[in-house]
Amino acid sequence: MYHYAAGKLDWLAAGLATEGSNALRPRAGDVARRDVPTAALGERLGEVAERVRAAGWDACVVVNPQRVVFGLLRAKELAADPGLRVEEAMRPGPSTFRPYVSIVELARLMTDHGLESSPVTTSDGRLVGLLRRRDATRVAEELGGEGGNGGEGGGGG
Amino acid sequence: MPTEIDRDGVRRLADQGAQLAEVLPANEYAEDHLPGAINLPLRRLEAQATQLLDRHRPVVVYCWDAA
Repeated sequence: MYHYAAGKLDWLAAGLATEGSNALRPRAGDVARRDVPTAALGERLGEVAERVRAAGWDACVVVNPQRVVFGLLRAKELAADPGLRVEEAMRPGPSTFRPYVSIVELARLMTDHGLESSPVTTSDGRLVGLLRRRDATRVAEELGGEGGNGGEGGGGG
Repeated sequence: MPTEIDRDGVRRLADQGAQLAEVLPANEYAEDHLPGAINLPLRRLEAQATQLLDRHRPVVVYCWDAA
């Protein structure tokens, strides 16, 4: 007999697949863009900005080699002095969401708080993807205002 | 006493054919459960465990969190 003490919360927070009625509803981890560009703390901002633009993005997540999120570079930060190091230009400690939180709930929250984008991370802070408000609201609208699936503890980081 | 395992341990045991049992109430199980898990609510654990579980395969039990 084995005991998975961290339980279902840990499983969901890692963005792993589940079964059940909620599994059919989109959540943060389903809608977050996993192809978001990333940058390391020590990189020069100019090189990063160029790479981000070339990939068709206007935001970039700053991570360490284990993909733990340290900060965010949005358009404003990417336009700063290209000679700066990423760690000098980034917004440190951005609000993050857990992958299992209802997209309907998050679309509402991001709209209410004026959040353009937020990283989605596992419980140990590793990047899953970047959730953009326009993606969240589009999916929520497609669902036609279905109820959320409960998301206490969705914030973090 | 059960042996405590982490997420990787669950995945490894499940791949090896372990049985997963969620001990939360049926409504919580219906919303979300680990792939392949059965529902064995705590109240019915003793009564149903022998009917629903294969005694020859490892069993992993879990609830919501460690609290």
